[in-house]
Amino acid sequence: MGQTMAEKILSRAAGRPSVTTGEIVEVDVDLVMTNDITAPLSISEFRKTGLEHVFDPQKVVFVPDHFVPAKDIKAAEQAKIMREFAREQGTIYFEIGRAGIEHVVLPENGLTLPGQVIIGADSHTCTYGAFNAFSTGMGSTDIAAAMALGTTWVRVPPTIKFVYTGELPEDVGGKDLILYTIGQIGVDGAHYAVMEFTGEVIDNLPMDDRIAMANMAIEAGAKTGIFAFDDKTRDWLTAVTDKPLEPVSSDPDAVYQQVIEFDVSNLKPLVALPHLPSNVHAADEITDMPIHQVVIGSCTNGRMSDLREVAKVLEGRQVHPDVRCIVIPGSQEVAKQATKEGLADIFMDAGAIFSTSTCGPCLGGYMGVLAKGERCVSTTNRNFRGRMGHRESEVILTGPRVAAASAILGRVGSPAQL
Amino acid sequence: MQINGKVWKFGDDVDTDVIIPARYLVTIDPAELATHCMEDIDPEFAGKVQPGDVIVAGKNFGCGSSREHAPISIKAAGVRAVVAESFARIFYRNAINIGLPVIESPQSAKEAETGDLLEIDTDEGNVHNTRTGNTYPSTPYDTYVMEIIQAGGLMEAVTRRVQAKRQAQ
Repeated sequence: MGQTMAEKILSRAAGRPSVTTGEIVEVDVDLVMTNDITAPLSISEFRKTGLEHVFDPQKVVFVPDHFVPAKDIKAAEQAKIMREFAREQGTIYFEIGRAGIEHVVLPENGLTLPGQVIIGADSHTCTYGAFNAFSTGMGSTDIAAAMALGTTWVRVPPTIKFVYTGELPEDVGGKDLILYTIGQIGVDGAHYAVMEFTGEVIDNLPMDDRIAMANMAIEAGAKTGIFAFDDKTRDWLTAVTDKPLEPVSSDPDAVYQQVIEFDVSNLKPLVALPHLPSNVHAADEITDMPIHQVVIGSCTNGRMSDLREVAKVLEGRQVHPDVRCIVIPGSQEVAKQATKEGLADIFMDAGAIFSTSTCGPCLGGYMGVLAKGERCVSTTNRNFRGRMGHRESEVILTGPRVAAASAILGRVGSPAQL
Repeated sequence: MQINGKVWKFGDDVDTDVIIPARYLVTIDPAELATHCMEDIDPEFAGKVQPGDVIVAGKNFGCGSSREHAPISIKAAGVRAVVAESFARIFYRNAINIGLPVIESPQSAKEAETGDLLEIDTDEGNVHNTRTGNTYPSTPYDTYVMEIIQAGGLMEAVTRRVQAKRQAQ
């Protein structure tokens, strides 16, 4: 019987010829990651084992990104616990000014490779499926156990195959594809399953768009999202690493829980209205929804292609007087490149701010927290109640182009309406 | 294990942002996290929940972030167990790992209302509602998960393994 990509990766990591859906297997982990919010708990749990060292310091990564540069004293204390532990253990550590958002930084540094098992104490760890890895988010205690043992347990998930056919319209991207998918299947539509993204549309889709899709697999309740390895993946990875690449592909007779086909030829730029990522509508059909803030960035849409799309819309235009527009590069590298290409000037000339890299506003941490009754259009990944601030504030999710257009319009709208 | 508790009922897709808003994730102190438990879905909850109560919810309980602070805040608030139609997978693992009983029982979750008294028998795998008189099954735990529960949590299980390995050496 054939195997899916996910099953092949788990088989290899479990040291077995094959695995069966539903069984629990213990797998070796290739990379274990935590951030400033989740690391302190992982560290205190790790200490309970009495072990002096993590299983392999070169496979353990700490990234301060959620509440740093520290938003207050308590956040500073949390980041300090992580920094000191990373130094003590000699693990991989990315300090601010040399890093950025974990799911942007790790791939940039060639740490997320095909065929690997990657776990992180952050739910958007599923992002690395874009690179043909099996990667998934867990809690701090699971990460502590993996830091101790170098292994973790996984119930082998079923795989749902998504096939995207047709010709993707020019103003539609990966974010629209994943919002559309979640809108169709719901926030638990891929509950515990692997979402395998395939089809001619995916073959032609740029890496940054694939990354945005894999990133939001968790918003459909999935264990992870995964893509096949192709020339685009190879080109992207060989630019950042000279490590050998060991991709996996799904067998033609692999067994899927379900195969779902979408013809996306007529897909429009989309938004997800409050308070679920599945509450999806065409952006140009929402004409009467004034906004107070726009956030552009995050582990979903904080990469160069996202910022270039935003710059195209903002160039020569002005952010609406009633709107605060916050542009956040996903990493220091992105910030440097955006500055070099003149994008930072375009953002600031348009009346937006161009900040340091951080998760900040996405989870209502800092750098753009919403007041009661405020509404924000955001390229982030969650719009749950209170996500970005007051419980009576609202977040509307979308891709970079619609976010930029909305910033100018002062309401939810698409570039076609400018 | 027998758990009897008064029900606080919530709906579908209760996410980790409403269970413990991110603005409170600057601490890992359970007692402090408990004071903000469920704050953005019911700001009064932490004040009215009593030790031994149970949370009952619909589908996909705990969806969203991987923050373990969510089950920690629920446990530290005195909630004895969470019964739901289904759980988001990261939350489910986190709860098991820290010793918060999570019970998947679709029928009893649908039927229960705030104020009901539930009698949960995790050994028998059922949930009895004293108001309706109905008893419904709960989904059995995987053997591997059961071992974690019986060890008292994941780190207890891991520590035993580490110690056994040391002795073997």
